[in-house]
Amino acid sequence: MTSLIIALWSVPALLSVPVLAVTTRRWSAATRLIYGACLAICLVVLAAALAQLVGGGSTASSVQLPVGLPWIGAHFRMDALAAFFLVVTNLGAAGASLFAIGYGEHEKSPGRVLPFYPAFLAGMNLVILADDAFTFLVSWEFMSLSSWALVMAHHQDPENRRAGYIYIMMASFGTFALLLAFGLLAGGSGGYAFADMRATTAALPGLVLILVLLGAGSKAGLVPLHVWLPLAHPAAPSHVSALMSGVMTKVAVYGFIRIVFDLNGPPAWWWSVVVIPLAGITCVLGVLSALMQHDLKRLLAYHTVENIGIIFIGLGLALAFSAHQMPAAAALALTAALLHVFNHSLFKSLLFFGAGSVLVATGERDMEHLGGLIHRMPLTAFTFLTGCVAISALPPLNGFVSEWLTFQAILLSPEVPSWGIKLIVPAVGAMLALSAALAAACFVKAFGVTFLGRARTPVAQEAQEADRCSLAAMFCLGTLCLVAGIFPGFLIDGLAPVVEGLVGARMPAQGTISWLSIIPVAESRSSYNGLLVFVFITISTLLAIEIIHRFASRAVRRGPAWDCGYPDPSPATQYTADSFAQPIRRVFGEVVFLARERVDMPAPGDARPARMTVTLRDLVWDAIYGPVGTAVWYAAEKLNHLQFLTIRQYLSVVLAALVGLLFVLMLVMLVWT
Amino acid sequence: MDLILELGAQGVQMILVLVLAPLLLGYTRKVKARLLRRRGPPLLQPYRDLLRLIRKEAVLAENASWLFRSGPYMIFSATWVAAALVPTFATGLYVSWTADLIAITALLGSTRFFLGLVGMDVGTSFGGIGSSREMMFASLAEPAMIMIAFTLALLAGSTQLSYIAQFMLTHSSLRVSLGLALAALVIVALAENARVPVDNPATHLELTMVHEAMVLEYSGRHLAVLEFAAALKLLLYLSLIGCIFVPWGLAPAGSSLASYAVGIATYLGKLAVGGFLLVLLETSIAKMRVFRVPDFLGIALMLGLLGMLLLFVSRSF
Repeated sequence: MTSLIIALWSVPALLSVPVLAVTTRRWSAATRLIYGACLAICLVVLAAALAQLVGGGSTASSVQLPVGLPWIGAHFRMDALAAFFLVVTNLGAAGASLFAIGYGEHEKSPGRVLPFYPAFLAGMNLVILADDAFTFLVSWEFMSLSSWALVMAHHQDPENRRAGYIYIMMASFGTFALLLAFGLLAGGSGGYAFADMRATTAALPGLVLILVLLGAGSKAGLVPLHVWLPLAHPAAPSHVSALMSGVMTKVAVYGFIRIVFDLNGPPAWWWSVVVIPLAGITCVLGVLSALMQHDLKRLLAYHTVENIGIIFIGLGLALAFSAHQMPAAAALALTAALLHVFNHSLFKSLLFFGAGSVLVATGERDMEHLGGLIHRMPLTAFTFLTGCVAISALPPLNGFVSEWLTFQAILLSPEVPSWGIKLIVPAVGAMLALSAALAAACFVKAFGVTFLGRARTPVAQEAQEADRCSLAAMFCLGTLCLVAGIFPGFLIDGLAPVVEGLVGARMPAQGTISWLSIIPVAESRSSYNGLLVFVFITISTLLAIEIIHRFASRAVRRGPAWDCGYPDPSPATQYTADSFAQPIRRVFGEVVFLARERVDMPAPGDARPARMTVTLRDLVWDAIYGPVGTAVWYAAEKLNHLQFLTIRQYLSVVLAALVGLLFVLMLVMLVWT
Repeated sequence: MDLILELGAQGVQMILVLVLAPLLLGYTRKVKARLLRRRGPPLLQPYRDLLRLIRKEAVLAENASWLFRSGPYMIFSATWVAAALVPTFATGLYVSWTADLIAITALLGSTRFFLGLVGMDVGTSFGGIGSSREMMFASLAEPAMIMIAFTLALLAGSTQLSYIAQFMLTHSSLRVSLGLALAALVIVALAENARVPVDNPATHLELTMVHEAMVLEYSGRHLAVLEFAAALKLLLYLSLIGCIFVPWGLAPAGSSLASYAVGIATYLGKLAVGGFLLVLLETSIAKMRVFRVPDFLGIALMLGLLGMLLLFVSRSF
């Protein structure tokens, strides 16, 4: 109960922080005060949620406040699922606040960021705590609008305005879909409290699933609803980008889990046939799009789309197993998804912090103007590298553990009797494997072009290391990535009450296995030990260095680069982000993006430079958003004259509408009875 | 006593792969030379090369970073750990449960990740070309490897190599999926080890290099460590094919010294035959153009997926 009360009090506390900041005289003092206070509040909520998750087990506490709609009130509840997502949210928010204590100093228009930042945090916490449809939707909209305000913080840039416009369109659409979903869940009786929805079965649970996929999926970034995400996430200040990508997408995942697993009754077998292929396509399209980017923050945002795909593969598998009464397998798949939620929130925030530090140091987001930053910003480079290794799903860091668990869940799926799933899961397994490999390529590119090589511009040459607060935030998250990677057993055990509450089973306890291995099903089936892999690699690295340095040579001479005897001093001869991705673009891009290369080679004797033009098409945009936009535009043109009618004409339009509605109602009643 | 024996066996395996890796390289070079009617370098030449390189001073490019200097050691140790986890002469060694086939694939993915990064560190065009092509190959080879792991796991009910090998020993029968997996694994092994037809380990013609281009800026001990890691990787893939598809002779967990000795003897035999077949393949085909390689690796991916799909729809193929 105390955890819930603490978490609830955090909302007014967060909202009142900007009011307090009015007393300060300078923006820098206000920045420190606001972010410091947010950090403190988030840490308190984090502690409360952790206490609930570890100590509370599967017990839930709820409270009803006399605000909101008069005959409903506002219900709040904290169970294991909410506690877990509060941990994710507030851990990410605490990291972002710590980072922003330093980063916020460089903000050009702090007045457009500071008031909305705590509101955004409060909104996310409220969504997770909400226990009735009304509170949920209001909080959801609050979260969307406050983040929209943050996206529009730098509205002078027309691209940011476009991002904000598309974001708010998609956010409204998502909320609308959720509204309809809750309407179906509440049914004729109108029980809008989640407890009532749990007690009754919805009339059309399949339609609810589709609506939730539209609503929560558009917020999370499922293909084809992801188009706003790579525009809006990079447009915000970097700590907000980290929150939107690392945390807000997880709140959307929470919405999906809450409605589909908790409120919508037992799943039907075909639900997973909808979710799993969508998730697989999201994975591959997300990472391929990320590979084609040369804007560092946009690359990271596209990568969020890929990771959301991985999470939804786990969720889809959990649905498939639940529908076929395989609770143990469902627990494995759901644990994999939730673990990836946690892991992704860590390393994606870390990577956005790194991109933010680069942005502060150089003023550049475009990788083609960077390079060689490892010399100027060694600590940022180290933490960014940690994040890159983690997100590329490489052992011994944490990203690998959750992908490995997802693979193990896929390997359990031949047991599922339904043929649809049998045919889809192998293909999606291949997509997941493909996207894991492409992710590694993507982050070799991101780190290699940004931090390695030679500086491509003077600003990259003159970059300064990030400030202490930013570095502290990045090191904290990097350490957590390592710890979560080598002690995954404890995390899996921590997730057990969450999973048990949703699918009725839990994974076998991992904390007591010797050497802290993780064994998802049985020892003879599969096991992985991140700790030992880490220890072995560390020991053998040190051993190799020691032996070679002691018994052979440790002499080092510096000289010009070899480059096959023809080193070119111009940094323009290096591989760029685009040229790095060119082989992969040739392999995949011609199908996925209809990529076309056009080379304009001047005739011999012609002195003008040769040009190569690459065109990429966004097929999702062309197929869906383009036609919809055109249709809306056309309709608006046609209906425009309705704005200029006389009052008499308006009255007749209203009358005609009323009569028409009554007629439709009569028809419906006739058919119904 | 049992514990000491088991620990000893694990230690022997770690040393064994280290000792055998350069020898395997020397052996393949020798056989290749003989097949081409040349006399070829002595068998022990790779050891001498490594020793010579280790003793030399390392020349670093002026703007080489700490990653450039530490990268080779990390690559080497991750490859070594992966090689030590693949059953060579015995299954169920003391720490064999540390990583299953998927984790071993991912460990090799880590080495490739760092190799790709160090290739870009100095900022020369050759390093970039090598890294970018290597990552393109990997983007198809790694999923193919995972598909192979899936196929084996669905057959044997385990992703642990020791259990897969035991299953193959006891349930040896011809299966379509196994054949597909073997073909896919051979293709992946050729690509991962930069062998003909994907890459040529002996080439120094700049525009055709992939692996050599990434390590172009290295010299001295760093180069030695990287070459050693490459040799270990070749040994690892041959051991992998051996332990899955010809598991005979592998000593089960906790067996006697005699069966360990038999295991080592058969392992050496497998390496000799595997190395010979590899060289035979290499001398009989030509290197591909870079943009033919994705098709070649795509075949591996398709074969792996097909093998897995067959198992999904019918557990009897």
